[in-house]
Amino acid sequence: MYKMTPLAAAVAAVAAVAMSGAVISQEIRFDGFPDYDSQINAIADDFKDVSGITVQQLINQHGGHHDRIATTLATGSGLGDVVLIDVGFVGAFVDGGGFIDLTDRFEPYRGNYPEYAIAQGQGSNGHQYAVPVDLGPGVLYFRRDFMEDLGYDIDEVTADWESYIDYGITLRDEHDTLLIGDAGDIANAYINFNVESGNGLYFDADGEPLVTNERFVRAFELARTVRQEGLDGNITAWSEDWTTGFQEGTFATQMSGAWLLGHLQNWMAPDTAGNWGVSHLPTGIYGTWGGSFLAIPAQSAKPDEAWALIEYMISEDVQLEGFQNIAAFPAHTATYDHAMFEEEIDFLRGQQARQMWAEIAENVEPVKPHRGDQIAESLIGTALENVLDDGMEIERALQNAENQIRRRVR
Amino acid sequence: MTQKTELTGTVPEAPLTVPSPVQQEDSRLKAFFQKGTPYWFVSPYIIIFGVFGIFPIFFMIFLSFHTWNPVAGLASMRFVGWENYTLSLTDPTLWHTLWNTVVIALLSGLSQHLVALPMAYLLVSLGHRARHWLTTAYFLPYVTSTVAVSMIFYIMYAPESGIINRALVTLANGQITGFLFGWINDLMPIRWLQENSLIRYSISFVVFWKYVGFNIVIYAAGLTTINKELYEAAKIDGASSWQRFRFVALPLLKPFIFFAVTLTIIGNMNLFDEPYVLTRGLQQAATNGMTISNYLYRIGWEWLDMGGAAAVSWILFVVIGIFTGIYFWLFGREGLGGND
Repeated sequence: MYKMTPLAAAVAAVAAVAMSGAVISQEIRFDGFPDYDSQINAIADDFKDVSGITVQQLINQHGGHHDRIATTLATGSGLGDVVLIDVGFVGAFVDGGGFIDLTDRFEPYRGNYPEYAIAQGQGSNGHQYAVPVDLGPGVLYFRRDFMEDLGYDIDEVTADWESYIDYGITLRDEHDTLLIGDAGDIANAYINFNVESGNGLYFDADGEPLVTNERFVRAFELARTVRQEGLDGNITAWSEDWTTGFQEGTFATQMSGAWLLGHLQNWMAPDTAGNWGVSHLPTGIYGTWGGSFLAIPAQSAKPDEAWALIEYMISEDVQLEGFQNIAAFPAHTATYDHAMFEEEIDFLRGQQARQMWAEIAENVEPVKPHRGDQIAESLIGTALENVLDDGMEIERALQNAENQIRRRVR
Repeated sequence: MTQKTELTGTVPEAPLTVPSPVQQEDSRLKAFFQKGTPYWFVSPYIIIFGVFGIFPIFFMIFLSFHTWNPVAGLASMRFVGWENYTLSLTDPTLWHTLWNTVVIALLSGLSQHLVALPMAYLLVSLGHRARHWLTTAYFLPYVTSTVAVSMIFYIMYAPESGIINRALVTLANGQITGFLFGWINDLMPIRWLQENSLIRYSISFVVFWKYVGFNIVIYAAGLTTINKELYEAAKIDGASSWQRFRFVALPLLKPFIFFAVTLTIIGNMNLFDEPYVLTRGLQQAATNGMTISNYLYRIGWEWLDMGGAAAVSWILFVVIGIFTGIYFWLFGREGLGGND
């Protein structure tokens, strides 16, 4: 039997590395979270035909992926050439200087993207570091059957916040059903989608915290009323009780990004098909719930190849493919004229919901991100918990949050 | 003392060869390799320990006097002196999370030892076979992944669909048990992990469940070292089963109790995984469920303030040092078996 000598083995190993080196030069890596692996798998071959570049992937779960971005940015190596970033993290990441300035490269395309999403991907210096790849138009999913049982109409329910809460009281008294899983969603929707013009979410143009202003007080009051009236179940999103709540009709409405539809019909509550509808949020406010961005780390050795992939992924056809493959709502506004947006959705009892989502996406007002948003968000979360669960006075909870924000945002 | 002198006197010196001038160069190299041999062998450990053990400690001291956003790279580090420490020490959330940690540590720690001691005594008195099987069974939670355990408990604690509340409802509505437990219906659904008033107890129970077996194993091992004749002598003197446990087993177990409690203090003060998973990544009941380790994670990784996080971890280090120091001061002499 032939036995490889150590020398032959070494020669073979060096040859293998040298050969693979030739391929590596045409290879880039995409770092992301599910379901984007399915999308990359679907488009990788076509992209290679067009550009000659092979795309490798490093996919981690949502939380782990973003932790990893922070670690690899800190150490200065180990990050892929194209990185997918959730909107919740993009503000904190893009301002750090770890990503390439894409302002010039993105310039020819920006007319096709909603202003608010473009703003989310910008650093505080106004430069574009991350490019929107999918959006999450903020909507209200509701049980049509419950509304019919009680003789309500969705427009009547979402006319304003009071009518929405009144519907909840009727649901409680006459239908033994909750209005919403978690009252906190109402506060968050109100805070996020009623931003005064010129202000950021938590800070004004001068960087002063806004968290004790009327918007926050009103948002907390609405949530507290819903909790005190027993209209919510304090059910945390993505928990066991949340998914069974959809299946068993424990609650009648849920605020979310349009993307919730994919989860509802695929695994969370497929048996409830036909019972759901989707509408604007109460008072018709426009807002977004989620969305993702693409960016190129400064540590990437192949920024041009990486941009080729981003350019491909944000092109009209591939955006539509993403919508089809993984229900990622296109960020490219020209796709909204496609026939797909006219389709009736069986799960929503034939509603042409995508037109509404496109309208929302095009009407959301841009909000300027601030480097302290992440800190403010978590401190406001704690303040809301103190008000809803522990009965703390709203003014006191918000004042505590403001004091903490002033200390922590340095 | 005499033994010590004898020993040092008899330890042989390493054999030395006297090199001739021609061989000097050669032998120096040889001696270097010969003397160095043990160090070559331990070097992988020393290197790994240095990089992952020693370096981070010194880097963290350095870091705690700077502000650093990790995302912005090493160049963004800025010296701020004691600012991180003064900021942390005047932070009400830090003191609240420290209080949460102490409460959870006491609730889970005390119950662990109060159950593990008699349980170990019982197991040892059951004889070899039963002891081995049951000790293994009690030890199983300890070797199971903390995150997996916490996730299973998260599902069990669910207000509507969780097995704990379902079992309580069954008890409350049962024909016989309803008489005793009917009042539970008024409390349903109990939100074990959503209510700030309950979260510490819920976390403590999971910690208790996971680590009680570890303490049982330590105590069972300790009990087997006690000479049976002592029990027999006590029995002949008319000591009851309780008295034999209280006056024979317990005093002789002191070194083991000391060891186990020290580990519990250090482990519980560092508690991270269980509260993190049970509060769903600090998203629910985080006011009372967040430990100081969770808070420093939030400062470092969610707020991207590594300097602040480093300062909090040094504060935690000092706090653990103080608690362990007090414990040593109070019980150390007896705990170490009075071998002074």
